[in-house]
Amino acid sequence: MSSDVRVPRDASDLDRPDAAWFWDKLVALLVFVGGISGIVFVIGIFVFITKEGLGFITETMDVGEFFGSVNWRPTSAHRPTYGILALLAGTASVTALATPISVPFSLAAAIYIGEFASGKVRETLKVLVELLAAIPSVVWGFIGFSIMNPMIRDTFDVPVGLCVLNAGIILGLMAAPIMTTIAEDALKAVPDGFREAAEAMGATRWQVVRRVVLPAAKNGLVAAVLLGVGRGFGETMAVLMASGHSINVPTSPFDSVRALTATIAAELGETVSGSDHYRVLFTLGILLFAVTFVINLTADVVVRGRRRKRRA
Amino acid sequence: MSSMFQRTALNARNEQRERMVRAVFGLMTVLLVLPVLIILGLLVLRGGPALSIEFLFSEPEKGMTAGGILPALVGTIWLVAVSLVASVPIGIAAALYLSEYAKDNWLTRAINLAIINLAGVPSIVHALFGVGAFVLFFGFGTSILAASLTLAVMALPVVIVATRESLQAVPMAFREACWNMGATRWQTIRKVVLPNSISGILTGIILEVSRTAGETAPIMFTGAAFFLPFLPNTVMDQTMALSLHLYVVTTQVPNVPEHLPYGVALVLILIVLILNATSIAFRTWLRGRKKW
Repeated sequence: MSSDVRVPRDASDLDRPDAAWFWDKLVALLVFVGGISGIVFVIGIFVFITKEGLGFITETMDVGEFFGSVNWRPTSAHRPTYGILALLAGTASVTALATPISVPFSLAAAIYIGEFASGKVRETLKVLVELLAAIPSVVWGFIGFSIMNPMIRDTFDVPVGLCVLNAGIILGLMAAPIMTTIAEDALKAVPDGFREAAEAMGATRWQVVRRVVLPAAKNGLVAAVLLGVGRGFGETMAVLMASGHSINVPTSPFDSVRALTATIAAELGETVSGSDHYRVLFTLGILLFAVTFVINLTADVVVRGRRRKRRA
Repeated sequence: MSSMFQRTALNARNEQRERMVRAVFGLMTVLLVLPVLIILGLLVLRGGPALSIEFLFSEPEKGMTAGGILPALVGTIWLVAVSLVASVPIGIAAALYLSEYAKDNWLTRAINLAIINLAGVPSIVHALFGVGAFVLFFGFGTSILAASLTLAVMALPVVIVATRESLQAVPMAFREACWNMGATRWQTIRKVVLPNSISGILTGIILEVSRTAGETAPIMFTGAAFFLPFLPNTVMDQTMALSLHLYVVTTQVPNVPEHLPYGVALVLILIVLILNATSIAFRTWLRGRKKW
């Protein structure tokens, strides 16, 4: 018997760890570390922005002024004030205008692509929506600043075209492809058997969609809208460039506003690390993080509810 | 008997409604994608004349009101490359864990939720994280390294989701056949799962490159500079970047001739769209070639 062939003497010899066994364990460990990295980073984001911003909350912040005042004057030498009401109004007005633009169009597009279109038309539309989603936000901002701005100025005869309307339309266009993609996934998750059963009863395609597919996909569609709104709420560069960036509680769509996100982007570069102004910008970051976290969590719970019901 | 299959008034009404709904929804879909085509057309029309080999390969001049975009282009390549080095291994490991190892328990749910959150956190919050963690805490200063790591964290969900999808597309029977031959989990992954999903993973990485190249907010305070007269030499240098350059020449520099920002925007959007189109074409080709 040649010596390089390992012959097991008994069963316990077969269980002896070899190189392959050690590699397997090592990789399992490495992959596990990679797996929990997502959790580590989310906690890391929270910890590091809190670390920089907490000083403001505990020392300087006057809660009533912070949420109740429209005076955002962090650089005032005399007496700086940190009221974010106007910034909240800016973010809210732009998001509020973007939502009625993006929701009907993306739901209609998702239904058309998912349920009505077929073959080449469907593939082409899907690719176009995907490319639409890929356009960087700074390019959207540029479009708002250089193309939409003169367009709004001329059409409505207003002095400046950088306003709620401009940023709202840009944000609506940006959020639409994301909503469309997620909504289409939600429609795809409805089993074909549901559609076939309805069609066998003689229902037209629209009847199938309205009476069967939409009710079954309801939660997924709600999640799609939520995630799209969340994306718009957190959008930075496009809003910074298209909204006019002046502190205002808007009374008309042609008023310039300033958003929470844009404020951080525009001012962080001018602040001294550790100053009140620097810390308050991180506090705004904590606020943004908290709101998007809640939106994402809600969307997840809504989708999960659907899945549980399906299984039962 | 024959009357049973005759078209009733109800049928007619339903068919008419069907046609109407189809037309309205189709029109809305077209209206959704139409602005993009118009905008692209405008960018090409107004930015096209600015494009030239010289524009791509020369330095900005006269306070960025003339000249080319070379330092911004090179800077974007640096940022994307370094962030790939960081995010691709971690992303693939995470996807392998979720697809090949994870059980359906609370930890897996928490990981999935964390990934959704990571993708949903506003880009400016990622920027704040980059400043707090990489620039200050780890002491990288404002550098390519700090900016790229910030981008890497931000792009992580893109790699994870794309990789997980292509791993899960490998049929379970492939793995079972391999396990039955006595292979370990890792041997199965290396010899069976990865070779069968590598193209899908590449598609995801191309998407990540496109996403990273266009990001602006996360690099503004972590390593990208408004203007630098030299090209970066190491990852500890600051750099210009194409996306930030577009913001700067559009809003921060006075007296820029109109064609210049259009030219920068066109270059940026062409890079992003070409990368995305490559990824889509690659995916379509793969689907056609699939043997199972």
